[in-house]
Amino acid sequence: MVATKDMPLKEYVLKGNAACAGCQDMVALRHAHKALEGNVIQVVPACCTSVVQGLWPKSGLAIPVLNTAFPAAAATASGVRAALAAKGKDDTIVMVWAGDGGTFDIGIQALSGAFERRTDFLYVCYNNQVYSNTGTQRSGGTPLHAKTTTTWLGKKEPEKLLDFIVAMHEPVYQATANTAYPRDLYDKFLKAKEIRGPKFIHIFLPCPQAWNYPVEKGVELGKLAVETGYWIQWERIGTEFTLGRQSKRFQDPEKRKPIEEFLKMQGRFSHLFRPERQDAKIQELQDYIQYRWDLLMKTLA
Amino acid sequence: MKTQLMSANYAAARAVMSARVEVVAAYPITPATTVPEQIALLHETGQWPGQFILVESEHSAMFACIGASSTGARTFTATSSNGLLLMDEALHWATAARLPIVLANINRSVSPSWNIHVTHDDSMSKATTGWIQFYVSSVDEFYHTIIQAFKLAEDERVLMPVMVNADGFVLSHTLSTYDYLEPEEVDKFLPPYKAPHWVMDPKNPVSHGNIVFPEHYMEFRYAMHEGTHNALKVYEEVEREYKKLFGKYFGGPIDCYKCDDAEVVFTSQGSVAAEAKDAIDELREEGYKVGNARMRMIRPFPVDRIRELGSRVKGFASLDRSVSYGYGGPVANDIRATMYNTKHRPIIKSYIGGLGGRDMTVSDIKEVILDTVKAVELGETGPEETWHDLR
Repeated sequence: MVATKDMPLKEYVLKGNAACAGCQDMVALRHAHKALEGNVIQVVPACCTSVVQGLWPKSGLAIPVLNTAFPAAAATASGVRAALAAKGKDDTIVMVWAGDGGTFDIGIQALSGAFERRTDFLYVCYNNQVYSNTGTQRSGGTPLHAKTTTTWLGKKEPEKLLDFIVAMHEPVYQATANTAYPRDLYDKFLKAKEIRGPKFIHIFLPCPQAWNYPVEKGVELGKLAVETGYWIQWERIGTEFTLGRQSKRFQDPEKRKPIEEFLKMQGRFSHLFRPERQDAKIQELQDYIQYRWDLLMKTLA
Repeated sequence: MKTQLMSANYAAARAVMSARVEVVAAYPITPATTVPEQIALLHETGQWPGQFILVESEHSAMFACIGASSTGARTFTATSSNGLLLMDEALHWATAARLPIVLANINRSVSPSWNIHVTHDDSMSKATTGWIQFYVSSVDEFYHTIIQAFKLAEDERVLMPVMVNADGFVLSHTLSTYDYLEPEEVDKFLPPYKAPHWVMDPKNPVSHGNIVFPEHYMEFRYAMHEGTHNALKVYEEVEREYKKLFGKYFGGPIDCYKCDDAEVVFTSQGSVAAEAKDAIDELREEGYKVGNARMRMIRPFPVDRIRELGSRVKGFASLDRSVSYGYGGPVANDIRATMYNTKHRPIIKSYIGGLGGRDMTVSDIKEVILDTVKAVELGETGPEETWHDLR
């Protein structure tokens, strides 16, 4: 794994951008671009990243950014790639940077189409599990029992298993990442940069606004997601699966922390603990962890 | 220049080749389908060297064009009806991003019920997007207008996308002679596209489309309005040059036939406008002073040309193959609004006809014109609108 001191010093995410305090998207963007080192065109559908760039005529990102409509990220990227090909600029990386709403929900058709066409691009879904840019509405990525402004009493369905949907499109490179482990994230972008074809990186990132936790706790929460087994770090080059080293020891259920530790830090799950403890619901979330581990290890590993 | 027998759709595919389009993204829909089919063939056989993206929807087709155009490529797509409607968000995006994309829309009725024949409701419903809109009456005109459309769209004074409309089946699938140009000939007219203001380029990073507050948003919209407006003047230059180079001229935004001394002028869009010439000839033989104004461009609306024409005639018989539901024929309404601010007030009669591909024959057109002739004689406008051949 890269040593922090060996990462490029150049910053592509500049000071004075419009992100909220404690925004983990900035951590993800910063390390992704340090790995890509500038020769990239970034396509951004409606999401928090449309806002954090800042207001016209300024931009807080030192890379070309093409903002596009909510459902259209992968289609827009397909066009960028085709134009680069027409002009013989094949070395430029085309990257989509989309939220969970723009990926799990409204953008999934375009995503599916672009992968089926074997488009040479990197699709990044930064997943904070909610439409946080519009004010915390549930998305297809929102977990079971999480409170949002459209599920006031808690979501009744678990999140869509997006990684499996993407995997069935047979990307050349697929990985999960987590902003609590920026060096690992950096390495994954470095790897993706070298591989031609449709690539997908799914980044887990806590959102202090939508999840309702103190802004300084983002990294702690990201780590807890892994330590409870809730978020699994893995990578797949073609069909070659590697369980991430942060997740390896948590394959053993005995070593995992109880999900409760992850849940109780977040206001969106507060109703599971107050005014009365909802044991059945907490257990449901706990059970779901093993279900997902089994599914992953049986199908993609 | 060579002559061939061709359908409008295949001619459009040839125009893509002639204009050296770099990226096409398209999705099949009847009756536009044979455009991408033919482009696919030209592509697979190496006759057209561009990039062809076989997208999974029309929404993606237009957004792929937006991505490609933003990266500096000359781009094209073709669609019809529900496909154009699915693109709606992207059509607005393309105008606000000032991207010179050219779209061939093969006019088809909007569902339900399923009807694959011509109605202009699809494109007329996009009249407020900022897209420049042409309506053509022949295969030859379709081909050459598409090439002209790139020149017009890419002009720095315009920088707005252009939609070239052709009637489904009547033109799209009907063979007719047309004259086509080799790319080397078109080069003299249409140089490679170079985005004048911004382009996606890592060497000169810009962020396009980020947040603009109320302090500036209106100015961007005004600039769009100006761009579309300028198309009238710029198109004059485009046509002049095209005529000089290739000897082809289609009559400007309004192609007039026997209008000089006409008392009643028939206006229409698309293939009916070609049919109308015969109706005019027959009526002239019968002693009526009538003319045909073929509306080639409806956005920007050729206000000055209509006012000039309107100052000389006693009546307009304005046929729309489309309806603004609850407020009649869209082009007739525009003509009425255009004439309101003038001293001369001809009778402007609105006719709706030919919807869902119902035939508008020479005798149908004559009937419409004679209805207006009668209104002019009586000095009575009569009903707000008339649905011709309504059963």
